[in-house]
Amino acid sequence: MTGASPAVVSASKLGLTFQTNDGPVQALSNVDLTIGKGEFVSFIGPSGCGKTTLLRVIADLEKPTSGAISVNGMTPEQARQRRAYGYVFQAAALYPWRTIERNVALPLEIMGLSRAEQAARIKRTLDLVNLSGFEKKYPWQLSGGMQQRASIARALAFDADLLLMDEPFGALDEIVRDHLNEQLLELWERTNKTICFVTHSIPEAVYLSTRIIVMSPRPGRVSDVIESTLPKKRPLDIRETPEFLAIAARVRDGLRAGHSYDD
Amino acid sequence: MSSLLSLSSITPRSWQGYAALILLVGALLLWPLVSATPGYGMATTVLIFILLLMAIEADNFPPMIGVVLLFLGAHGAAWMLLAGITGNEGSARGSFYLLLVAAWFLAWRCVTVLSSVRPTSRWASTALRLIIPAIFGAWILIIWEAVTRGAGIPFILLPPPSAIGARIVGSLPVLGADVRQTIFKAVIFGYVVGSSAGFLVAIAADRVPFLRRGLLPIGNMVSALPIIGVAPIMVMWFGFDWQSKAAVVIIMTFFPMLVNTVAGLTASGHMERDLMRTYASSYWQTLFKLRLPAAAPFIFNALKINSTLALIGAIVAEFFGTPVVGMGFRISTEVGRMNIDMVWAEIAVAALAGSVFYGVVALFERAITFWHPSVRGG
Repeated sequence: MTGASPAVVSASKLGLTFQTNDGPVQALSNVDLTIGKGEFVSFIGPSGCGKTTLLRVIADLEKPTSGAISVNGMTPEQARQRRAYGYVFQAAALYPWRTIERNVALPLEIMGLSRAEQAARIKRTLDLVNLSGFEKKYPWQLSGGMQQRASIARALAFDADLLLMDEPFGALDEIVRDHLNEQLLELWERTNKTICFVTHSIPEAVYLSTRIIVMSPRPGRVSDVIESTLPKKRPLDIRETPEFLAIAARVRDGLRAGHSYDD
Repeated sequence: MSSLLSLSSITPRSWQGYAALILLVGALLLWPLVSATPGYGMATTVLIFILLLMAIEADNFPPMIGVVLLFLGAHGAAWMLLAGITGNEGSARGSFYLLLVAAWFLAWRCVTVLSSVRPTSRWASTALRLIIPAIFGAWILIIWEAVTRGAGIPFILLPPPSAIGARIVGSLPVLGADVRQTIFKAVIFGYVVGSSAGFLVAIAADRVPFLRRGLLPIGNMVSALPIIGVAPIMVMWFGFDWQSKAAVVIIMTFFPMLVNTVAGLTASGHMERDLMRTYASSYWQTLFKLRLPAAAPFIFNALKINSTLALIGAIVAEFFGTPVVGMGFRISTEVGRMNIDMVWAEIAVAALAGSVFYGVVALFERAITFWHPSVRGG
């Protein structure tokens, strides 16, 4: 499957060691990874397993200390300079002094798009995340779920083919999260983007992904890769089917096997 | 006595009312109000008692009428007390002060009732916001006036506010010229130049790391220079006119702006800065779209601190040589001539100008940092 389409992200023998005051910490070790176009890949693992670090390496927010990585066939830095990806953080990180539409316009302003082009893209992306009618509101006037949707709209506004999402729904309650998961799948299907999604929720990972990468800590490494057999069209109640539960069980086993806690 | 008769039917509803009633009884026992010969006329005295009793009784009326009765009673009585002291200066007895305190308690009650009013319209809430501090401020002046004149405090030590007010009204051209010289020339120019310089140097220090390490300690040292040492040097460098005062103001306002802006530029979060990085945003784009807006609350703090520092700096600097105009010059010469009321007039004008200055900056702050939790309220 990954061989058929050109790789969007490809990493080999990737390693990253942070120098801290308590000595070196190996955040990533020997990570091999290929992500093809149009895939929805989830990274799951306990905290400290390097899943966020891996995403940040892809985004050129961290530099690997060993191995090689390419994004769209370029170095991550070149890819970042060409705005190859949209990044959604754990918190919405909207600027409180800008209205929702000006927040979505932020990357477009930086890229120097014309006013008319900005307006068209703002309208389209806010429609995509169901936030039409909230253009003139300030972020602090919106609920947490709406804020996170606005931040997704901001990441989509400049039409990068790759979407990097770092536990975007981690701070939201279960009901809002289900709703946003459903919308995210719908959006993925409509836009045909490649999505890398970091999470620590097994149901979320299984529900969303075409491929689940299970990671384990100390040092951060890939311990299992699970291809999902679920169909592309996924209603929420697919989560009760035996097929879904079987994949979830495999993810859980993978997480347990990777655990190297001594206690 | 008629007032004694009516005392029996008065029923206060608040502790201020009870306290006022007790003070009234005390005032009767300590009769008369002043020891001087003309004294208070019988009619005046009775009217003062009636006004105070009316205010004590006010809580038994509907709130709106009660507030009006309280206001009129307390302030009418205070007015008559102050009016009657003319010609009896320095001879006030305990009775006078007890009545004054009774009126003050009732004014307090008036403010308490006003604070509990739920305004129904925007207009009413604005009016309430202004009335309450106005009553508060008025009572500072009333007590000041009553004590200075009642006890006959020497004019040199503390003139009554009425004399200061009369002096302000009588010296408007002089005060106007002083304000023009000190505030419109030295303060405004120094404030704008000093604050802008602090701001620009902060940006430079942020952009160029070696400046940060070199400039901040020097800026710190400049701010530690004693103003009374710097001011005469500035007078020698820049002459007697306003330019030397502006130079002192520049030195005083530079550092607070520098330090606050440097701190403000680090106020944006890691996530927000990473976000700008994912957009491959340039240094200046990140500065204007993220870091400066995030620094705005810090910058306005510096502007507010500087608004008062600038005024102090300019006035003090004028002690070290000026043409024959300016607020600091006036204060230093009028002190020498024992014209203390003129000194107080300058102080009042400086306080007013400083408050207006600060208020204008605060208004701009509210308009520009409307998004900050401290402004939008949580």
